Amino acid sequence: MNPETTTRKTVVVAGHGMVGHRFVEALRARDEQGSYQVVVLGEEQRPAYDRVGLSSYVGAWDPDALALPGNDYAGDELVELKLGRRAESIDREARKVTTSEGEIIGYDALVLATGSYAFVPPVPGHDLPGCFVYRTLEDLDGIRATAEAAGPGAHGVVIGGGLLGLEAANALKLLGMTPHVIEYNNRLMPAQVDEGGGSVLEGLVTDLGLNVHLGVGTSRIEQTEGGLRLHLSDESTIDAALVVFSAGIRPNDQIARDAGLEVGPRGGIITDLSLRTSDPNIYAIGECAAIEGVCYGLVAPGYTTAEIVADRLLGGAGEFPGADMSTKLKLMGVDVASFGDAHGTTEGALSVVLHDAAKGTYAKLVVSDDAKTLLGGILVGDASQYAALRPLVGRPLPADPAALISPAGAELGADALPDDAQICSCNNVSKGSICGAIAEGACDIAGIKSCTTAGTSCGGCVPMLKKLLEQSGVEMSKALCEHFEQSRAELFQIVQVTGIRTFSGLIAKYGKGSGCDICKPTVASILASTSSDHILDGEAAALQDTNDHFLANLQKNGTYSVVPRMPGGEVTAEQLITIGEVAKEFGLYVKVTGGQRIDLFGARVEQLPLIWKRLVDAGMESGHAYGKSLRTVKSCVGSTWCRYGQQDSVGMAVLLEKRYRGLRSPHKLKLAVSGCARECAEARGKDVGVIATENGWNLYVGGNGGLSPKHAVLLAGELDDETLIRYIDRYLMFYIRTADRLQRTAPWQEALEGGLDYLKAVICEDSLGIADDLEAAMAKHVEGYKDEWAAVLEDENKLSRFVSFVNAPDQPDPTIAFDDSGERKVPVLLGMPEVTRVSQ
Amino acid sequence: MTIIDSPSFVPSTVTGWTQACRLDYLIPGRGVAVLLRGGRQAALFLLSDGTLAAVGNIDPFGRAAVMSRGIVGDRGGIPVVASPLLKQAFSLIDGHCLDDGSAALPVYAVRVDDGIVSISNEPVTVESSDG
Repeated sequence: MNPETTTRKTVVVAGHGMVGHRFVEALRARDEQGSYQVVVLGEEQRPAYDRVGLSSYVGAWDPDALALPGNDYAGDELVELKLGRRAESIDREARKVTTSEGEIIGYDALVLATGSYAFVPPVPGHDLPGCFVYRTLEDLDGIRATAEAAGPGAHGVVIGGGLLGLEAANALKLLGMTPHVIEYNNRLMPAQVDEGGGSVLEGLVTDLGLNVHLGVGTSRIEQTEGGLRLHLSDESTIDAALVVFSAGIRPNDQIARDAGLEVGPRGGIITDLSLRTSDPNIYAIGECAAIEGVCYGLVAPGYTTAEIVADRLLGGAGEFPGADMSTKLKLMGVDVASFGDAHGTTEGALSVVLHDAAKGTYAKLVVSDDAKTLLGGILVGDASQYAALRPLVGRPLPADPAALISPAGAELGADALPDDAQICSCNNVSKGSICGAIAEGACDIAGIKSCTTAGTSCGGCVPMLKKLLEQSGVEMSKALCEHFEQSRAELFQIVQVTGIRTFSGLIAKYGKGSGCDICKPTVASILASTSSDHILDGEAAALQDTNDHFLANLQKNGTYSVVPRMPGGEVTAEQLITIGEVAKEFGLYVKVTGGQRIDLFGARVEQLPLIWKRLVDAGMESGHAYGKSLRTVKSCVGSTWCRYGQQDSVGMAVLLEKRYRGLRSPHKLKLAVSGCARECAEARGKDVGVIATENGWNLYVGGNGGLSPKHAVLLAGELDDETLIRYIDRYLMFYIRTADRLQRTAPWQEALEGGLDYLKAVICEDSLGIADDLEAAMAKHVEGYKDEWAAVLEDENKLSRFVSFVNAPDQPDPTIAFDDSGERKVPVLLGMPEVTRVSQ
Repeated sequence: MTIIDSPSFVPSTVTGWTQACRLDYLIPGRGVAVLLRGGRQAALFLLSDGTLAAVGNIDPFGRAAVMSRGIVGDRGGIPVVASPLLKQAFSLIDGHCLDDGSAALPVYAVRVDDGIVSISNEPVTVESSDG
């Protein structure tokens, strides 16, 4: 380290919620010189998780699904994460923080990201057992335990009918309870919607089974034999098994008060626009901050404050620009959106309203007194115009306001928006930035997301991103190669519909030229996916890519590696001995693969059938390590041997591998089954990952390794064996039919219009009506499966191709060489061969 | 006796021939490796239009004798074989590499006599029409 550099400074972050985590990420991303080391104090035992998505914890009960990416800062030496302890007190003079564990940590800068606590009104009985708040994973675990103990249909009451209250009510509904919501105001979500919107909202959620009590408060709660009894202000009572308080949040500002920092009259740590508190070395971000006296309870402005302080600490001059309080959400299946001056408080503002009680929709646009400028709006029941309308706030309206919200009205295009219109408010991305990314080559939603971060938070702007792509005029050719104009998915359909079974037939009718190393293997794969013929039968033999042609993996010096299948990673001692004997006899280099099986290197092409015969005679078969095909289904040992195992993961892994072996697909398929949440089979990193729970299997899809690793996401939870297999059948066949050439499951899923919701609908609810078809296709594959190694051994013609030279089959290729002198046997390449130059 | 011409080869430069295999043994689009008298190796292909082509079997980039295992097709109308190792495409007419002008495969003459395919023992010079 350069002795002339200034010593590294320390920033202490008090709080590891969403905003605290964003701050650490932002600082580390910008701090190229490493001028700060970071110490993070997190009160909860868990590192930062998606509290906004808290409700999705219900059902899957998988806490890791909510974990924010990178929240452990693994490998980053400049970040120290201390969980399970709070910052208790600040010594501002000495610049030290004392934690609840008694540690004393010095700081150069202190960032308070302590968030909020759930406010519980001092109603008598508010602390009885069975009363909860809705803020942490532990809160939900407690609610779940009480709900399950009370049995299905038990009553659950939520006090507070705002945004969070309705989410909590939905959680209670998912837990099988009879949900109630009590709201003091005369409508639900009083901050976001007006009376008209509120009445439509009430109608919609009541239809979904929620009992709504408006205009009343809770006087007291008493313990009864059966549970709790709430006494309401109108003298009525509700008997319930549990109560959830969702009556607002208050900033966690006690530490600031104790330290003598300025706090707001209704709480919150006062800061200026640079998020600095009344102490120049202390900042406050997120919900605990009162920026020029105002607290913001949404995560988007919280993220903005985190970015600004990261900027400031490194010498920047960022300032808080104000917050966009727009929201678009789906509550209990009902769309609600509120943006700009939704309540029309601006002087002279006019409202245009379309209230269709029969259809259950409400749309209001608030416009300036001359009806030319959009000021705000409320949408309930149908919020599809949100993505187009929100960026227009403060701008001239492109059409008559009534036309914009009427069902037959004008479809707002992206060209209505100026370049500086903010398309993604969560991440503050303008139309200009997005169009710039498109011009520089981003040609799909995934590309825009990675270039600009637009669409990566709430997703509300994705419809507008699509419109911008469509209107950018960029011609995205989906052609497979110079010989076929169609995409892989289109060729798949053509093959299915026309019944063409040869490449020559296909290219003659639907392509041009004689083919290439792109389209031949692609067509070979489509043909293989639609029949059980051997991949070396007839013309297909000429289409196969290198590896598939010799049913082995080509290595550097022209020899091959051989991988016998080991379903679930299980093998008998006898088979291991056979493998060992084969390795010795043929002098092969042995290496265990990541797929829980064994790879044997150094086989000459003419030795392959001899090696296969030994393996096949020992009861083994091809592992298809060479194909764009199913590879393995990894497993951990599960309930058969492991004391933690919840289900028989090995049994299921073996079953799945034997079911899907031989399947050909757009790209390789890797699966895994773990026996419990410890996840020793690393199923979350697999195209299809299965994790056992007490009650069955959780099914995750779309995990990939490679250049840009992705974790699999939950498709469905708590499935029994039969449903699990059915869903995987459908998912794999859907992928095989519709993905692009060499497109792995993660990018395929990312590109699906409608995302995970669409995929769930197709696979679990059969929304396209193709489930039977997909399952039949898989059944056909299972029925027709035959080991392709054994098939070659039985076929003289195919066997005859496995020779060194067609005219000298007894003469091994003299140019193949190995070097056994080092730590391991390696191939040796040829010296530069003689090259004949073309005469001019 | 039937002779089938390889595109533009110069017959007088051929010094000797090695028998490869029967013509009806070859699968269109699938190559075979031929060991030539004198020790060189050739990759022999029967193309989908019925013509035969033979080029050197050694991939100059991958430095292994594997060209016979590559996929054949066309690029912009030029018949090519793609190396199975890293997919560089070589013209089956004059052997030059379409992806890297510094390399080329030697080209061999091919003839068919009474249904038996033979290949010249040494590479031939090919007159290219326009390079």
